[in-house]
Amino acid sequence: MSVTYIDAIREAQEKLLRDDERVFLYGQDIGVFGGAFKATKGLAAAFPGRVFDCPISEDAMIGLAVGAAIEGLRPIVEMQFADFSAIAFNQIVNQAATHFYRTGVPIPITVRLPSGGTPGSGPFHSQNMEGIYAQYPGLIVLTPATVADAYHMLIDGVALNDPVIYCEHKFLYRWLKAKSINNEHLPIGQARIARPGKHATVVAYSAMVHEAVRAADRLQADGWEIEVVDLRSVKPLDLDTILASVARTGRLLALGEAFPWGGVTAEVVARVAEHGFHLLDAPPQRLNARDTPIPYHPKLWASHRPTPESICEALRHLLSF
Amino acid sequence: MLLARILENKLSSLYKAGKIVGGVYLGRGQEAVSAALGTALIRGTDVFSPLIRDQAGRTAFGESLLDCTRTYLGSALGPMRGRDGNVHRGRPLEGMPAMISHLGAQIAVVTGMLFAKRLKGQLAGVVGATCIGDGATSTGAFHEALNLTAVEKLPLVVLVTNNQFAYSTPNDRQFACGDLVERARGYGFGGWSVDGTDLLACSTVIREAVRRARERGEPQLIVAHLLRLAGHGEHDDAFYVPDSLRHGHYGQDCIEVAIRQLVAAGITSVDEIVAWQDQYAADVQRAVAQAQQEAPPDPYREDWTALSTRFPISQ
Repeated sequence: MSVTYIDAIREAQEKLLRDDERVFLYGQDIGVFGGAFKATKGLAAAFPGRVFDCPISEDAMIGLAVGAAIEGLRPIVEMQFADFSAIAFNQIVNQAATHFYRTGVPIPITVRLPSGGTPGSGPFHSQNMEGIYAQYPGLIVLTPATVADAYHMLIDGVALNDPVIYCEHKFLYRWLKAKSINNEHLPIGQARIARPGKHATVVAYSAMVHEAVRAADRLQADGWEIEVVDLRSVKPLDLDTILASVARTGRLLALGEAFPWGGVTAEVVARVAEHGFHLLDAPPQRLNARDTPIPYHPKLWASHRPTPESICEALRHLLSF
Repeated sequence: MLLARILENKLSSLYKAGKIVGGVYLGRGQEAVSAALGTALIRGTDVFSPLIRDQAGRTAFGESLLDCTRTYLGSALGPMRGRDGNVHRGRPLEGMPAMISHLGAQIAVVTGMLFAKRLKGQLAGVVGATCIGDGATSTGAFHEALNLTAVEKLPLVVLVTNNQFAYSTPNDRQFACGDLVERARGYGFGGWSVDGTDLLACSTVIREAVRRARERGEPQLIVAHLLRLAGHGEHDDAFYVPDSLRHGHYGQDCIEVAIRQLVAAGITSVDEIVAWQDQYAADVQRAVAQAQQEAPPDPYREDWTALSTRFPISQ
């Protein structure tokens, strides 16, 4: 038996519904149908009156969740695709994110964003929104890269008293498997060394952690030992772990699947430049998706996001200084 | 409604004297309809999310004068502690969410509070209410929230006050249906239309709509017709309002109408109303003086964090 990334998300929600009567699930097609990706399969039957199908109204879905959170509940809202959270943007960044600061009343909602590209998904079913949400004060943004993190970070995220944007990567849903869910896990806010090394640091998150490890494995043949840092959460950002790694390697590549203008990779480079300039032996580098909408065709899509090939190329450039 | 008028007149003076930073937004002309809703609700049981022109409704629901004056005057002791101002205030845990500026956004929040009460088994006899203007009926948030509320079959009362202008934009550039109440049927809401300048009519219609929501658990949409007797804010002289409207039926002042109605019905007397005015003016003066004496927020003592979670490491 093995557990996939999407199984872990489903099992985390099952545990949350079982253990915490304040939790309910709200989203489109998540009831009898079990969700577009089956992240809620069987939960409506197992927990009657706790899992709700709702109209195609992303704005009102988050508004409802905020109201329920004021009343002490802990809603988990499934956006069918991260891209559609654009419709809920106002309720997320202006209502949920400002609420605690303005009123002193926390809003413990969790918004699940099926994120990132899969072949053939095209411009409106492939987006990565973590950088946009991280830019707003008052939100916690999680980007699990492993099966265990998908499970534990969802459970830990729901336990937080603040709005959590939980970015789950669709490419990892069925591709990423583990024998079982490891009970040991780091707290939210702490990054992890996914692969130790000494010549250069790749700071990545979500699915790009795996692409970075692949690239690092390839460069191993040339004698390069590349360290990969998995951020786990992009907000809070664990600068300590990043700086410790850069101190060991002297070189930084910030890697992300989102669009290149601003975002998480820019934040990582800016903070390392500000706080760890003396640690750097080479100009810090960024590698992101291209600055176009995400293309439909699998051949275009595969060249739009960073790949092990393009990561290797970026690392060779970084190591050439 | 009289207290709200006196309070808002004072706020306007303070703004014009430069004592209030930001804006002042008045409900002048909307006191009857707003107070009628606030009076029909039960503080401690119901949820009420007022909007920009609902001082009368807030006061009728039980908001203290100090919550208003402290927020407008920037006292650190107010419910928003200087972090938000003017009409953006509330006490969410006491059933009064604090509005954001994005119109239509409060409707789904009230719906969510009712939804949670149902899950907790505490919905029986509870009503949620929120207010909106004619302009906000054009937003996607309004449409999404009304539809979702009806799907969830929750006892929400949405009061649309059609005051003829959204800031400066007249009805004919805002919507093309004959009367906004026509939308009620499309959403699956009960629909009510009332003359917003007529206190007794507002009181009767709104009380009945709230009763129906409370007893039947069904959502209700009330559209009140009137004219905004002020600018959008006190910075706006409303030059764009034509004289024909100002001098027409909806241009009449609901407070003058109410006084005539109440005296004619023998409910009160002119002398009693004058006594109320004196009492309210003194109450308002006290609330303003107290807020003005209180310390503003201190940027050096502000914790400058938007999260309630404290992470042990750098963020």
